[in-house]
Amino acid sequence: MDDLESRAVQAQAEIDKADTLEALDALRVGLLGKSGIVTAALKTLGSLPPEEKKVRGAEVNRVKERLADALAARKLVLEQAELDRRLASETIDVSLPGRDGERGGIHPITRALERIAAIFARLGYQRADGPEIEDDWHNFEALNFPPHHPARAMHDTFYFADGRLLRTHTSPVQVRSMKGRQPPIRIIAPGKVYRSDSDQTHSPMFHQIEGLLVDETSSFADLKGTLAEFIRAFFERDFEMRFRPSYFPFTEPSAEVDIRWETADGQSRWLEVLGCGMVHPNVLANCGIDPERYTGFAFGLGVERFAMLRYGVTDLRAFFENDLRFLKQFA
Amino acid sequence: MKFSENWLRELVDVQADRAQLAHALTMAGLEVEELTPLGEGLGGVVVAEIIGAEKHPEADRLQVCRVDAGQGEPLQIVCGAPNARVGIKVPLATVGASLPGGIQIKAARLRGVESFGMLCSAKELGVDNDASGLLELPSDAPVGTPLADYLGLPDASIELKLTPNRPDCLGLYGLAHDVAALFGSRVKTGEQAAARVTGDARRGIRLEAGKDAPRYLGRIVEGIDPAARTPLWLAERLRRAGLRPISAVVDITNYVMLELGQPMHAFDNDRLEGDVVVRHARAGETLKLLDGSEAMLDAGFVLIADDNKPLAVAGVMGGFDSRVTDATRNIFLESAHFAPAAIMGRARKLGLHTDASHRFERGVDPELPRRALERATELLLAIAGGKAGPVLVAENLADLPRPAAVTLRRARLRRVLGVEVADAEVARIFTALGMQVEPQADGWRIIAPSSRFDIEREEDLVEEVARIFGYDNIPTATPAGALALAAEPEARIGEPALREQLAARGYHEAVNLSFVSAELLSCWGFAGRGVPLANPLSADLAVMRPSLLPGLVEALRHNRARQQERVRLFEVARVFAEGNPPVETPTLAIAACGSARAEQWGEPSRALDFFDLKGDLDALLAWGGEAHRWAVHADGLPAWLHPGRGARLSRDGETVGWLGALHPQLAKALDLGPDVHVLELALEPLLARRLPRAQPVARFPSVRRDIAIEVPEDVAWSRIGEVVRGSLGGVLKELRLFDRYSGKGVEAGRKSLAMGLILQDASRTLTDEDADHCVRQTLAALEQTCKAKLRG
Repeated sequence: MDDLESRAVQAQAEIDKADTLEALDALRVGLLGKSGIVTAALKTLGSLPPEEKKVRGAEVNRVKERLADALAARKLVLEQAELDRRLASETIDVSLPGRDGERGGIHPITRALERIAAIFARLGYQRADGPEIEDDWHNFEALNFPPHHPARAMHDTFYFADGRLLRTHTSPVQVRSMKGRQPPIRIIAPGKVYRSDSDQTHSPMFHQIEGLLVDETSSFADLKGTLAEFIRAFFERDFEMRFRPSYFPFTEPSAEVDIRWETADGQSRWLEVLGCGMVHPNVLANCGIDPERYTGFAFGLGVERFAMLRYGVTDLRAFFENDLRFLKQFA
Repeated sequence: MKFSENWLRELVDVQADRAQLAHALTMAGLEVEELTPLGEGLGGVVVAEIIGAEKHPEADRLQVCRVDAGQGEPLQIVCGAPNARVGIKVPLATVGASLPGGIQIKAARLRGVESFGMLCSAKELGVDNDASGLLELPSDAPVGTPLADYLGLPDASIELKLTPNRPDCLGLYGLAHDVAALFGSRVKTGEQAAARVTGDARRGIRLEAGKDAPRYLGRIVEGIDPAARTPLWLAERLRRAGLRPISAVVDITNYVMLELGQPMHAFDNDRLEGDVVVRHARAGETLKLLDGSEAMLDAGFVLIADDNKPLAVAGVMGGFDSRVTDATRNIFLESAHFAPAAIMGRARKLGLHTDASHRFERGVDPELPRRALERATELLLAIAGGKAGPVLVAENLADLPRPAAVTLRRARLRRVLGVEVADAEVARIFTALGMQVEPQADGWRIIAPSSRFDIEREEDLVEEVARIFGYDNIPTATPAGALALAAEPEARIGEPALREQLAARGYHEAVNLSFVSAELLSCWGFAGRGVPLANPLSADLAVMRPSLLPGLVEALRHNRARQQERVRLFEVARVFAEGNPPVETPTLAIAACGSARAEQWGEPSRALDFFDLKGDLDALLAWGGEAHRWAVHADGLPAWLHPGRGARLSRDGETVGWLGALHPQLAKALDLGPDVHVLELALEPLLARRLPRAQPVARFPSVRRDIAIEVPEDVAWSRIGEVVRGSLGGVLKELRLFDRYSGKGVEAGRKSLAMGLILQDASRTLTDEDADHCVRQTLAALEQTCKAKLRG
């Protein structure tokens, strides 16, 4: 008995020292295998008297269980260590760049334009469109610009041989949208427009967004409210704002909208961002809408100006150079 | 319109300071574009006379002057100005003065000679830009007088950006009316006294241009002093209004134009023969103008002529030969009314823009000519002397514009503005603007002054009330009207989504100008396409583009030239074609070059090829869900594509675009490599999208069979697809090409293709036998139609 116990104590120590699964298995065989010492001890039980056999049997079984537990515990430890070793060998440098992670981007003009259109879409304005090669009637006459009127001189116009022209503003879309339709009308018309003027602050092609609302109740107060909300929504902040009387042949009263803009040097100045006004009754009548029954307001804005302010672009020409070092800033 | 602030304040009493005045003008629609303070900080600067000048003993360029500044003892002052000389009167900055430029005047020694002050140029005083020498003052300038008092300083030059509807503010009196209305003040309108007529020179005036020129007043002033000089006060006012003083007569007509808004003209009366005739020009008639240019006229122009020859283009510019010169002693003054429609666009047609045409084409008060003529006569007699003849009048009263009454309804005013303006305020505003107001039960009946060409209908009155009441005082509200919900069609991919998709696949959006050069177009084989402009800015921007690619590839080139090896660009815009009306087609274009994928440590680099671009296209087509309606063709390619590496795209059999490698010759001409690939595609077919119709998911498993065949090189994969699909019908769910090979082991002129057939039946599980049968059937069909051989 003492012999088995002392062998067990020794075996326990050997199990704890086993450092490979193979060594541990060899120990298991030596202890619990067919010719292991525990098995041998069990074999001796048969020759013992019944009383003693019972006592001795229980003792041997306790030793067997103890050793089996020790072996299993050690096996777990060794297996975990083995797994850890393998995983360590599989380690990668997770800081290396991934594959195909490049992304292109949307042009800042489009980005600003879509943002503006989306704001008005939420207010129920539907998108409308018209040709870029326009006729004189839609671009000027229907909008209350008589031929040779000095107001036309403010629109340096590109012409074609047949008398058609490149639209100088998105306002003709007002006319096209109103014709053959009756109020309520809420439209927003973004697009390219053209003026024959090119310098640091003028591009011969640029982008405008025209807005138009016609119904039975709209007033100048509504126009003010709508544009104030729009400016706040676009820039996500409040501005000091002013509506200043101006003149467009197709609206009356007309206004220009200035916002108080902080410049880099901590100063602030008024910056013109929008033109607007109540739709001129002549324009409504030209489009077959009764100006007594309906009133409306219209506004137009330059997308480049909004994109410059929003994204801090300081050179208008950068928009049309398509330099990737510029475009990538808007990915 | 530019003017002196002090001058305006002389015409209307305003307590407001400069900043308040400028703000009020801007907020009334008379936008102050520029405000330049003049002559500030002139304390200690006085009028002085140089009474002695000697050369500086030590410096050639300096003089030692003795200067009388009205202080008793003359002052010794060292001066370097080239025009310093005895007898002239000049500004002197005395010791202790501090000039606008920051110069502090102290007693000093200059090269050993003491100096007690500084004689000044206009620039040093901040009154003008002239720095060439001392500012020479008129000989009657009183010595010792503070210069600021003498020049009427400080002042400011104010420039307004006037809108075309307000020609009445192109004269200071008109402007004064608005200022009076804004500040509740009154315009100081003295009646213009008629000049004393001492001469009797006359000339007939004949009006022959109908309603284009309904009123023409003239007057002959004889015996003026040709050497008369424009007085300083008048010259200063002109200068502060941005006009350069020229000669007494011209300066006087300009002055009256600024003061009243009436453009005038002065002829040398001795150059005129017979009557003054106001008539339309005859086609082909020419006239040498004041600026030396030769005007080619036609019947659209109104001409001032005499019995024998043209004298001036009415409302635009006077003629060269009848101009007032240094020798002119007898003047014929013109003060007329020309209808705006008769002047509009005429100056522009001659390549001119003059102060007169600017005013007449916008509208000048038809009641002004007599007042202006008397005012000019008064000034002329005072400055240059002479004998005034009687006022010569020719007019067709029936053709003169008559102010019409316009009614403003109270309810309309409230409805348009969205605010109630008190009746008393409305009446005050109209009265202050010089309008006659007649209250009525539901509003007001208004007659505008003859100077207001912009008051024709009710809305014009609404605007006047709003403007003076103040836009700031109108509240903000939210529109309450009916709202129609805009439904987005689901069967169309939105353009913003398309752009996002392309951006997600690595493309950057470009925006190019819509016009390109004819030269670039012909380089691409687009000569004669697009729509040419009649008046392009330059040859580079002459034609509305028939394709987005020339411009987009230029953008690619721009980036290539700036160390960008890998470029991926797209653009969405319209292309143009001649037609009636011209055709505008929204289009998508892509241009790409450089390696297929961004440089990466774990992947071998590979040049971009056709199939990279086609993969991007396939992804877009898959999005629409109708890829089967699209087809790719190797024929019918445009000249700019590589003939073997380009494809034509069709949808439902109609050609809608192209893609492929640029033709090597074009690439070479554009100085680009062979890796540039492009795509151009009409936008609408691409955006069309199938609305999904759900089908039950198949309950039976699918079977895959792989086969490898050899076919001649010229058999297109699309042909093989057709044959396979044709032979198997509905049981073929998918056909996948997983290998393509030619070269060693394959007969020359042939290629090996390995494909997987995914087979599935909707009603049962396919057996091995079924699948084998399908394979045999397919191979038989391929052998028969494509000379295919099964590879072992």
